[in-house]
Amino acid sequence: MLKAHYKTGLVFFPAFDWAIDPTHPEREERLLYTQDQVFEEGLLDIEDIIEYKPDIASEMDIKRVHFCVPDVFSVTTKSHFISAGGAVTMGRALMEKEIDRGFALVRPPGHHSMRVVHGNRGFCNINNEAILVEYLRRHYPVKKVAIVDTDCHHGDGTQDIYWHDPDTLFISIHQDGRTLYPGTGFTDELGGANAFGTTLNIPLPPLTSDEGYLYTIDHVVLPILEEFKPDIIINSAGQDNHFTDPLTNMNFSAQGYADLTRRLKPDIAVLEGGYSIEGALPYVNTGIILALAGLDYKGVVEPGYDAARMAQSADVTRAIKGIGDVVLSNWKNRRDMQEKIRGNREFIERRRNIMYDTDMIYEMQKDEIRICDDCAGALKIDSSADTGHHILGVQIPVHACPKCVEQGYEWFDKASTGPYDRAFLQDRPKDEYLEKILKQR
Amino acid sequence: MLIGLDVGGTHTDVVLIGPDGPFREVKVITDTSNLFKSVLSALEKITEGIDTLQIKRAVLSTTLTTNAIVTDQIEPVGMIVVGGPGIDPEAYRICPYFYCVAGAIDHRGREIDGLDEVEVMDAAARMKADGIRHIGVVAKFSTRNPSHEIRIEKILAEYGFEKIFMGHRTSGNLNFPRRISTTFLNAAVYSVHKNFFNAVKQSLAEKGLNIPIHILKADGGTMSFSSSIDFPGQTILSGPAASVMGAISSAPAEGDVIVLDIGGTTTDIAVLINQSPVLEPLGISIGKYKTLIRSLKTYSLGVGGDSVVQIKDGELVIGPYRKGPAMAYGGSSPTPTDALFVLEHIDDGDAEAARKGIQLIADQLGLRVEYAAERIFEKTCNMILEGAAHLVRDINSKPVYTVHELLEGYTVVPARILVLGGPAKYFVSHLKKISGYSVETVPRWGVANAIGAGLARTTCEVNLFVDTEKGVVLAPEENYTKAIRGAYSYADAEETAFELVRKKAAKNGAESENLQIEIIESLSFNMVRGFRTTGKNIRIRAQVKPGLIEGYKAL
Repeated sequence: MLKAHYKTGLVFFPAFDWAIDPTHPEREERLLYTQDQVFEEGLLDIEDIIEYKPDIASEMDIKRVHFCVPDVFSVTTKSHFISAGGAVTMGRALMEKEIDRGFALVRPPGHHSMRVVHGNRGFCNINNEAILVEYLRRHYPVKKVAIVDTDCHHGDGTQDIYWHDPDTLFISIHQDGRTLYPGTGFTDELGGANAFGTTLNIPLPPLTSDEGYLYTIDHVVLPILEEFKPDIIINSAGQDNHFTDPLTNMNFSAQGYADLTRRLKPDIAVLEGGYSIEGALPYVNTGIILALAGLDYKGVVEPGYDAARMAQSADVTRAIKGIGDVVLSNWKNRRDMQEKIRGNREFIERRRNIMYDTDMIYEMQKDEIRICDDCAGALKIDSSADTGHHILGVQIPVHACPKCVEQGYEWFDKASTGPYDRAFLQDRPKDEYLEKILKQR
Repeated sequence: MLIGLDVGGTHTDVVLIGPDGPFREVKVITDTSNLFKSVLSALEKITEGIDTLQIKRAVLSTTLTTNAIVTDQIEPVGMIVVGGPGIDPEAYRICPYFYCVAGAIDHRGREIDGLDEVEVMDAAARMKADGIRHIGVVAKFSTRNPSHEIRIEKILAEYGFEKIFMGHRTSGNLNFPRRISTTFLNAAVYSVHKNFFNAVKQSLAEKGLNIPIHILKADGGTMSFSSSIDFPGQTILSGPAASVMGAISSAPAEGDVIVLDIGGTTTDIAVLINQSPVLEPLGISIGKYKTLIRSLKTYSLGVGGDSVVQIKDGELVIGPYRKGPAMAYGGSSPTPTDALFVLEHIDDGDAEAARKGIQLIADQLGLRVEYAAERIFEKTCNMILEGAAHLVRDINSKPVYTVHELLEGYTVVPARILVLGGPAKYFVSHLKKISGYSVETVPRWGVANAIGAGLARTTCEVNLFVDTEKGVVLAPEENYTKAIRGAYSYADAEETAFELVRKKAAKNGAESENLQIEIIESLSFNMVRGFRTTGKNIRIRAQVKPGLIEGYKAL
């Protein structure tokens, strides 16, 4: 009889009745063959692999992270509440010591969802990992968190949410943004002036194979994690680096994913993308579950895998090493670089345009952070979209200093004099979420 | 007329049921070393002076196969297993003659690696040489494509083994390790099952009793003896099912009910929803074996009327073992039954002996004997109710995979308890008091299990799998494969599933007018490749719902 070495929790929620639209990659069928493989392997019968029914996230859990425009229910479906709730279920089981590790095998995904949500971008509406992390910070003594995003696409949503948070180390490993959606995630994207260097991007060249990916884990990610010493590690476990994925150009295998999981040792993995629903997902998920449980996964080899054909070129190997060196050097010098950016400014502003590819929404955003040595800093976001909404969002961070609390309320109070139709305030220390409707549209 | 017979650990209960209800009941002591004798004498006694031509069927629920497995008195079995990508099948080595051979089928039933027939022949030769007679053959994803199992069976046929069981015929559900144990158990209890019932039939025939024999299954349904020969595993753990079926006629047509079968050693707990028992999602677990054998969902708690009562580290402990009868009936350790004597609920035994036993407990607790008895009884009731709550929680926490089911899925909220078994009636009022539920005994609670067996409907399950992109309809257990030409809709699949269930039920001995066929799981997916719909993937699970046959009263 098989017994897991690590008690492994599993939320399996394939949402067999939910799709973005009938032929979209994010459709009912996506996890069908994964379910077949997981069931046929008998993974849920293995002693100490424990299946959990997902909880349903609350509106509050979502508001703790997002400014949803115009409101939470307008930009989500029931399935989003369950998917985020499934991630939270794993977090809670971990904190209650029912499990050593957890995997939320849920859909829809979430890592392209930013703090402000006008609609769906990159198949995502709300950010499952951020909802999980902020839930844990609210209910358990969790402070320092590392999120390692191994989806093939840059985790730009998670990056946006934690851009100003020095207690969250966000590392995204993905196919180079010059060759793939969303076109961001370069090594010089390093975080805001209060959290410089706790955002790290590792863009890998197309055709990176197991070798290059695992090199990056061993030589870049693990040493940085070692130094950061997070309370928990979360893996945004996208599965689209697989050589059969229809949307990407990488050469990763099921063995590679299992090896990655064994090395990274995430406390919780949350499924993100991955659209090779027959050739990759059944095997990759089986590999990840076995690796999390500390069981032998050597037999999980997908049909058609040929190690020789997947071997990466010397150019790719060289490029990967070069990128890793840049990331390590940025990490090492992050404090000096942060000082330079700050100069002696009190506030730093950033302007961006954000495209919602799925819902075809165009957003213009301006954010402003209060430079602070005592906390993550009060944050103000001015966001307008071609839906006609123009909102102000203010965040007072979890461990805010009195000055940042004061600043947050001042911004929020002044919103009525601005061009906004809605204003939101996240008062994280009080766990209160305020909203003002300023104009009826 | 019908006969229902249930072999229990202590008694074998048998009833004769006419259209107006059971009119004769007999209890004989079970001789565990000779079940054959117990069954036969019970059948003889119940038919004494009866025109046996009027008996339409006798349904037997025995502990035969269960005992064989639990006591490990099963025959040597050979297993040939085909793995493929995933966990090494060696992890599921279930017996010494366990051969893993190369070959692989994937989740859609496509062959990835051809079967290594030489390895199969090598294994066959070795097993033959060592005198193995019964073989189980199991391939991963054989329920999506049974060709490797079928090919192996063909090869084995040349070696003249007595009986070969193929995994895809035992269950249509996915779960390779469970398919291995299920196929193994079928092969392992084959002879004991077949020989026993052949002997029963023959002895009855010699006495001029030509009664059609049916067997109760773990899912609370019946199957004819002749069809049980190919699926003897389905008779494992039919005991709890008999009692649950016996409670059905007392349950309301609508609502959730807990059934408690309070026995000497254990209390078996089950749940009825609208008079239908809740089934295990996959199958029974027995000893170290997890299976795909369809079964009622029951929770067996190590607390009963004869449970040992003792003090451990200052704490009152009840069960989980039985050391013998209550002291009131000549036993040597105090039991909850003895507590009932002290509380003057029972008086048909040696009340003094019972009091002495409870006094031992009272002394250690520093209580008066009546208080100690109350404490014991109270704790026994509480443990039983906690067990029931555990089962309800377990049923309600069953994972679901659609948004609809998660949000709108059925939640069991019982408000009623039905109790049967030896000490049932003494528990009613107290269970009622502490639970707040309506609590009643099942009428004729002493033989309700035999009545349940006698009236149980013939059940079966069919799993249908359709892949229109591949162009195949498959019901592996039924040995049904059909190529699809032209359009194929969900309605076609449903019709096929119903038809297969009807056929299977008839083969198992069902009377068609009683069938209640229902779809218990259905999924239909559009298969999309490259932004184009290329086919449909349909999965249907249909069953004859477990229940009671019509035309006979249970009371």
